[in-house]
Amino acid sequence: MWVRYGVAGTMTNDTISAEDPITGDEIQIPADVEVGEIIDSPVTGTELEVVAVDPIALEEAPELEEDWGE
Amino acid sequence: MNVGVLYSRIRRDEKLLLSELRDRGHEVTKIDVRKERFGVHDAPAAFEDVDIVVDRCLATSRSRYVTRFVDAYGIPVVNDPETAAICADKARNSLVLAEAGVPTPATEVTFTKESAMESIEEFGYPCVLKPVIGSWGRLMAKIDSRDAAEAILEHKETLGHYEHKVFYIQEFVEKPGRDIRVVTTDGEPVAAMARASDHWLTNAARGAETEQIEITGEMAALVERASDAVGGGLLGVDLMETGDSYTVHEVNHTVEFKALNDVSDVDVPATVVDWLEATVQGVEVTA
Repeated sequence: MWVRYGVAGTMTNDTISAEDPITGDEIQIPADVEVGEIIDSPVTGTELEVVAVDPIALEEAPELEEDWGE
Repeated sequence: MNVGVLYSRIRRDEKLLLSELRDRGHEVTKIDVRKERFGVHDAPAAFEDVDIVVDRCLATSRSRYVTRFVDAYGIPVVNDPETAAICADKARNSLVLAEAGVPTPATEVTFTKESAMESIEEFGYPCVLKPVIGSWGRLMAKIDSRDAAEAILEHKETLGHYEHKVFYIQEFVEKPGRDIRVVTTDGEPVAAMARASDHWLTNAARGAETEQIEITGEMAALVERASDAVGGGLLGVDLMETGDSYTVHEVNHTVEFKALNDVSDVDVPATVVDWLEATVQGVEVTA
């Protein structure tokens, strides 16, 4: 079976509310997020970084840099 | 054990690893390298209680330096800083593979666009020009003509960082629309997948389709030699099929394994944690 990378996930169904740092909208994100994790804003599609979890705080994630990768 | 995890971004790979470690009752110390200050004499407080450090830095530059510091602090780190330095640099990567007699594509490095053009003309068209530092297939060029070569070389010489003036030129390998990624721990294959795409680049990060494949004896022997050549550790060895055999085009040191885990029967993060546990036990026994 061929799998398209990035489609399968391990996300739980539980979500929590957070404020989108760009639009100010209240958004739902997975409840099991970690500090440092990147999520896509459901409002703008922008990558957001989880910078705190108690309480939850998000920031716009850094732009891709040239030496990123594996 | 207490595992320090160096990171600047938690990808799904890191999350899988963190979950497996915590599920087994290990302590995890997440260390965001963007926030630390690395002194040459003393380790930052975050490293105080860790038994081993796992480098999961997304940025190669950070990975290369931080692993050096952690090693200097006397804390076991995977991967080893020398392995990171070799794998981070495509020229060094190719050189150690060739030195070890591991089949790898013919490659030349030049430092001016004139000598680069000589190299390209000798390889013939198509051939491949890659940045020496970089990942996910970015800035790689399949050169189909002299006109294209001249334009690309001029752009690299004019616009690029000094590293782009190190021209890494490689033969184009006619692969069967796919390449193979084998994740290894100290040379032992964990699992393998084929990455297929209509595009000449078949990186999973570029949307290639992935499928588990069986690890043949020949593949296992080859990836073990490739792993040994770069110093071992947790690696992603990339192979291309050449008809009757394989060629190793690169070895990756902060390997992403989520795509492999999705298609494989093997629990990749569990196997990696098994290896980490054994590595720490080995350190304790020899200390």
